[in-house]
Amino acid sequence: MAAVTETIEAVQSVTESGYKWGFETDIEMDFAPKGLNEDIVRFISAKKKEPAWLLEWRLKAYRHWLTMEVPHWAAVSHPPIDFQDAFYYAAPKQGPKSLDEVDPELLKTYAKLGIPLKEQAILAGVEGAGDSPSEGGRMPIAVDAVFDSVSVATSYKERLAKDGIVFCAISEAVQTHPELVQQYLGSVVPQGDNFYAALNSAVFTDGSFVYIPKGVKCPMELSTYFRINAKSTGQFERTLIIADEGSTVSYLEGCTAPMRDENQLHAAVVELVALDDASIKYSTVQNWYPGDAEGKGGIYNFVTKRAACRGKRSKVSWTQVETGSAITWKYPSCILIGDDSVGEFYSVAITNNRQQADTGTKMFHIGQRTRSTIVSKGISAGHGQNTYRGLVKISPKASGARNFTQCDSLLIGDQCGAHTVPYIENRCMTAKVEHEATTSRIAEDQLFYCRSRGLTQEDAVGMIVNGFCREVLKELPMEFAVEAQKLLQISLEGSVG
Amino acid sequence: MLKIENLHATVDGKQILNGLNLTIPSGEIHAIMGPNGSGKSTLSYVLAGREGYEVTEGSVTFGEVDLLAMEPEERAVAGVFLAFQAPVELPGVGNANFLRTALNAVRRAKGEAEIDAIQFLKLARARMKVLNMPDDMLKRPVNVGFSGGEKKRNEMLQMALLSPKLALLDETDSGLDIDALKLVSDTVNSLRGPDFSALVITHYQRLLTHIVPDRVHVLSAGRIVKSGGPELAHELEASGYGAIQDAAA
Ligand SMILES: Nc1ncnc2c1ncn2[C@@H]1O[C@H](COP(=O)(O)OP(=O)(O)OP(=O)(O)O)[C@@H](O)[C@H]1O
Ligand SMILES: [Mg+2]
Repeated sequence: MAAVTETIEAVQSVTESGYKWGFETDIEMDFAPKGLNEDIVRFISAKKKEPAWLLEWRLKAYRHWLTMEVPHWAAVSHPPIDFQDAFYYAAPKQGPKSLDEVDPELLKTYAKLGIPLKEQAILAGVEGAGDSPSEGGRMPIAVDAVFDSVSVATSYKERLAKDGIVFCAISEAVQTHPELVQQYLGSVVPQGDNFYAALNSAVFTDGSFVYIPKGVKCPMELSTYFRINAKSTGQFERTLIIADEGSTVSYLEGCTAPMRDENQLHAAVVELVALDDASIKYSTVQNWYPGDAEGKGGIYNFVTKRAACRGKRSKVSWTQVETGSAITWKYPSCILIGDDSVGEFYSVAITNNRQQADTGTKMFHIGQRTRSTIVSKGISAGHGQNTYRGLVKISPKASGARNFTQCDSLLIGDQCGAHTVPYIENRCMTAKVEHEATTSRIAEDQLFYCRSRGLTQEDAVGMIVNGFCREVLKELPMEFAVEAQKLLQISLEGSVG
Repeated sequence: MLKIENLHATVDGKQILNGLNLTIPSGEIHAIMGPNGSGKSTLSYVLAGREGYEVTEGSVTFGEVDLLAMEPEERAVAGVFLAFQAPVELPGVGNANFLRTALNAVRRAKGEAEIDAIQFLKLARARMKVLNMPDDMLKRPVNVGFSGGEKKRNEMLQMALLSPKLALLDETDSGLDIDALKLVSDTVNSLRGPDFSALVITHYQRLLTHIVPDRVHVLSAGRIVKSGGPELAHELEASGYGAIQDAAA
């Protein structure tokens, strides 16, 4: 059986009692003391046996962070975060080196999450599961799993290595490919870029690293699952993907966290670099714990994601399905430097109950004939607040640049809100920028039509919402589209009627 | 099979049905005719359970059960099917996906196994052929961009697949060309049997030459004012509603 089916089945087994990923794993953990100071930064760096340059890099970020203020321009509200009241490092005590050494409790966790790790292939009787390029004709998926602060398992590594592809934990890449890490780390999102990026740069603990060599088409989906498990921990992962000339890669991240009545901070940084003719597709299915119906608990998801299309004709496509988190604050962006480079942003963001999302994208057109497409679908239900915030900036040199933006909002109920804040700065006479926006509600006649065919109210809402999001969902890798559809429906349970 | 007694219903506080009585035994097809605004669609919505259509008096029994106590989806899986006068568009929702979800809901309720995508496509294509619908209508979003006649045929496709016990056809013939009228009628006739009954709402006698009804009723101002055999439809076509309404008043 293909590993992927496991994921889908795990999601299909989900029934109606809300957040299904709310279990906690009982694993012995290794914590750094609570709070944040230079010693903690040194502690993290030492734990990871990092070279001196990286420690310096972190300290510089930390010192910069101290001078910065929490951003308050986003349309979200939350009590002030006490940055001293969190753990900045939490790792399973048994340091796993390979899949076989992974704590079985952990593997169980991932099985519950529906992650297609190696053991599932073994259970299915696949010989050399970690190394087989294809099972049952399906594309396999290589997975890196990040548990709290540490990357625990990377499957299919050997298969990928045959093509010269590097796919590993970033802490491992620091050891094995220091020159690549040093060259690109912070080259897209500098240490002092913003408050949360600076914090991440100081204390990032793990995340994935991908390098696709010249001319290589990555033969499988690469995927990382993030999970926050330990109490009072923040997760600060850092992902760096470099697609060398003429290469192609599709990468997917999935996220979950246990239910807790406290708020937990997740401040990730993702940097993508695409060189000449390279193409990166980055998909996110974000299902962090959203908090309960009254807004207690949930993840604060403050993420900086940015891509540099440095090469000519390079392409980066962001697709995100954001169903979880108490607060989402993220703007995956593209800096279109290379002539004829292309940036895309496809987004579905759902806010139900007391969730808040302020999300969108920024497209910076610098090269000639650069093109960008933005399709944003915001769904608000309950008391949810959903803001699309976007910036399209076209520099005077970007002759012939084009942007098309479409923002659609769907409201369910009358207590929620949808807001669209599109900024356009066009400094180029020959550029063309188009913007379309709509706001709609699920119509009573649509619901009745579905119900009169035997669909329950919830199935009807799920179906209509999935229809509304179709343009975005079809951008997801096939295997994950099913998962995303289920998630959408689950996230909206109890929102109507 | 269906027993409607003294049915009174309001919409937005406005009284539309005024003591309607109607019984359709199993295996029979009844037609309802009546002037615009007399309450025909309202009756079909009340029977299907649409929100906002409030029953203030009377009862509806379907088989042995109180139909009015059921949610719309419960009625659907119990075998009530409403072919809409104006079928609703569902942007982005694939027709095949929609149909299969509906079919599986009905099958689950009957205790039958769910049907997979491949089996479903086979079934659907066979039915579509009869209705002369192109295959690509399965891929398109439900009713979006369908012509008036295509929407009606799509309703018939749904009906054929769900094979209900009671079909309510609200002006399914309106907007159909002559050939399509024949195909739609064939589909209804193909469901005929001891466990199938239908209420066919129409303005035109022509439909009733294809689907020959057991009884014809005239609805006026929210109640049945006259009932008869198939010949009543011919009379109406010749003389209009005026005479009946006058007689009833
Ligand atoms: N929401 C509403 N508020 C007020 N009146 C309504 C509402 N909905 C329907 N009506 C009225 O109820 C009456 C019956 O409408 P209905 O649609 O049942 O008629 P019909 O017999 O199906 O007519 P037609 O032959 O034109 O389809 C009409 O006068 C209509 O205007
Ligand atoms: Mg009508």
